[in-house]
Amino acid sequence: MDLKFYRNVILKAFFLFIVLNLILVSIPPSTGGKQFSIYNSLVPGRLRFPFGETPREAYNFSLYDVDAMFAAHEINGGLSDRALNVFLVGDSSVWGTLLTPQETLAGQLNNFNLTCGETPLHFYNLGYPTISLTKDLMLMEETKAYNPDLVLWLTTLEAMPLEKQLASPLAENNPSRIETLNETYRLGLMVPPKADWWQRTLFGRRRAIADWVRLQVYGIMWGATGVDQIYPDYTPAAWDLEADDSYYDFEPDTLTSDTLFLQAFPAAQDLWSDTPLLVVNEPIMISGGENSDIRYNFFYPRWAYDQYRQILSETMGSLNQNYVDAWWWVPAEEFTNSAIHLTPEGERLLAIGLEPFILDAVCP
Amino acid sequence: MLIRDIFIFAALAVLFRLISRGKARGWLLLITSTLVIYWMQPAMPLRSLDFWLPTLTLAITVFSWLLTAEEEQKTEKQNWLTAVLLVGLVILIALTRYLSLDGLITANRPPLTVQVLVGLVILAAVGFVIGWFSRQKAWLTGGIIFLLVLFLILKSPALSLWSSVGLRSMLGQSTQNATAFDIRWLGFSYVAFRLIHTIRDRQNNRLKAVTLQEYVNYVIFFPAFSAGPIDKLPRFAKDLREPLVFYNPQLADAFYRLVVGIFKKYAIADSLSLIALNSQNAAQTQGAGYTWVLVYAYAFMIYYDFAGYTDIAIGLGKLLGIDLPENFNRPYMKNNLTQFWNNWHMTLTQWFRAYFFNPFTRSLRTRYKNLSVGWVILITQVSTMVLIGLWHGITWNFVLWGLWHGLGLFVQNRFSDWVKPRLAQLQDKPRLQNFLNGFNTVLTFHFVALGWVWFALPQVGLSWQVILSSLGLAG
Repeated sequence: MDLKFYRNVILKAFFLFIVLNLILVSIPPSTGGKQFSIYNSLVPGRLRFPFGETPREAYNFSLYDVDAMFAAHEINGGLSDRALNVFLVGDSSVWGTLLTPQETLAGQLNNFNLTCGETPLHFYNLGYPTISLTKDLMLMEETKAYNPDLVLWLTTLEAMPLEKQLASPLAENNPSRIETLNETYRLGLMVPPKADWWQRTLFGRRRAIADWVRLQVYGIMWGATGVDQIYPDYTPAAWDLEADDSYYDFEPDTLTSDTLFLQAFPAAQDLWSDTPLLVVNEPIMISGGENSDIRYNFFYPRWAYDQYRQILSETMGSLNQNYVDAWWWVPAEEFTNSAIHLTPEGERLLAIGLEPFILDAVCP
Repeated sequence: MLIRDIFIFAALAVLFRLISRGKARGWLLLITSTLVIYWMQPAMPLRSLDFWLPTLTLAITVFSWLLTAEEEQKTEKQNWLTAVLLVGLVILIALTRYLSLDGLITANRPPLTVQVLVGLVILAAVGFVIGWFSRQKAWLTGGIIFLLVLFLILKSPALSLWSSVGLRSMLGQSTQNATAFDIRWLGFSYVAFRLIHTIRDRQNNRLKAVTLQEYVNYVIFFPAFSAGPIDKLPRFAKDLREPLVFYNPQLADAFYRLVVGIFKKYAIADSLSLIALNSQNAAQTQGAGYTWVLVYAYAFMIYYDFAGYTDIAIGLGKLLGIDLPENFNRPYMKNNLTQFWNNWHMTLTQWFRAYFFNPFTRSLRTRYKNLSVGWVILITQVSTMVLIGLWHGITWNFVLWGLWHGLGLFVQNRFSDWVKPRLAQLQDKPRLQNFLNGFNTVLTFHFVALGWVWFALPQVGLSWQVILSSLGLAG
């Protein structure tokens, strides 16, 4: 038996593995570069970011590699020179939970075939389903390289408490990006320490590598089916509410501007210094059920939301920021499983409401 | 099987190789395989069935040995010792219920010890009756019929559901929740093949005498228990009787096969499974191009999955000193369907050839002398392939898959006979011959790949839609 041969094979493999890992560790982590992907070449780019908990059914799943997410998105296939490109940023209400890509806000606005003179407007869905302004800023920072003509940033009170900023798994798993944001825009976030050196090794990156492979493989099914989400029966958003006026640790009437992450807005203005930015306070479900005199919905006690709207409006005014408060635009029956998730009709109503503001912001 | 299980098996096998010496080898293997078949049996909604099914596997194996053994063998001391060891192991496994070791050996807590003892007494009584009265050959036929009936119940959705309802009412469980998937008897298909092989060889007086220990080791040999390959008893017994040396070329080959198998199964097949043809993917896919992508993915997934498992089984077998037979030999690179089937799941096709196709062909030729060769080939090829289809499950789709291949083999056989003399003149044109070989390989692969549509999907209508879609004919 040639045991020596097998011993040498194992030793050489081990040696090469160590060398490869040392090379990987010594290369500084890069972000923002265009990543290789089968999307936009072999298969069409996704109309929204990869996200989901049921990959085998939805051909979609959540990953933390922002570069891979962008590489899979249709924007990475190149934006049209002959259109005005509008990016929609926000949470699950923009991404479109329980909606097909065509039913989302971006889809509805595209259905309107809006033009600015003779130039068509094209809307891109860059929402991601976790609520955090920091996560939105992180994605916007990456989006900057694509030079949109207008950015619509839809948000809500739930994205603003300081404690929620790093709670999004996407933000939590990208500490380098968050730290850069924090330093660049002086956000004052308590950023967790950077990844250890061993997390840059092949072993440390195994999850990211496996996710990348899965994302490419599911790309084939995305191309084959156009499916990126499943649509199960859902429990409608709560109509009858608890007689509870608490909001996180806030007592009634104590919501102040320093308790919310309002520094995100001047940061976004800096980030989009050359691009128009339109901030939208997104619609919420206004319940008419039990205890609706105390709460608007499951998320918000009336006092907190009213104070928030006041603070947001004042902040936008002081920043001279283009702002639309759309909180009441959609009737309660047009919400699905959450107080911020809309039905296709709800999205259509929101799109109709936003249309003049968009045209006003983007048309010279 | 999880990758974790394979690492545990490999560690067990290395340990086995280290400590196995002389006669202890067979005993150690018997104990290991017995424990593993209980451990591998998945949990089921029917109470204690995850304990009773491996017990029944052991019981029917012992019964088969009683049917096939020579009279004088039955009273040999070593065989009694094997029987006592098996009973002792079953009781020990049952006793784990008192040690809170649920999940360690059996998926759920084993039944009450009294129930186990009563069950063993009943099985012993059946064994005694078989051992005492099985001198007539009719008992051998009875044994085969019994195995086929069991097979029919387990593989037919309707009968399986009916059995589940019966067992549920016997156990006092709700019959409302019964499904056709309640009874998952791990490894039964392969166990049945091995048992039928020994019974048939015994009927034809071709079976050499083996001890009960060797027989049980052969049937429940854990690396090949759930997914084959289907070895032959004399070959297995020969390997088992050889002394096991720790350092020999087999050791390196074993690890090579394990690594290759793990890569095929867990890297290639599992990745392909994400896009392989299934009901959900098929129903949602648009366009002929993408339909072919799904079909190709399924064709390679099923190959790498099965060939990977075979490599793992062969690797583990080598660690234990048993050279299991090969099951695949680059089947998709063959240039006709006959060659494909000679190289795909080889041990299964060899089994069917030996125990169905050849005897059936002989019988047709003897009984119906006026039947033309063409008819004999058509009948035997189609019936063999339909039976192979039904072995995977008694559904219309498996019948159609069998028909697809049976008719394909018939057409290829007739066409080969017709074209062979005409192609003789191409012998001095190697380039043209190579081109034809390449073309035939591609054609054969696509015929097989399209045939997988029947195999992969549970409904005839959907399968037909996919085939039409792949040809660009879907409405």
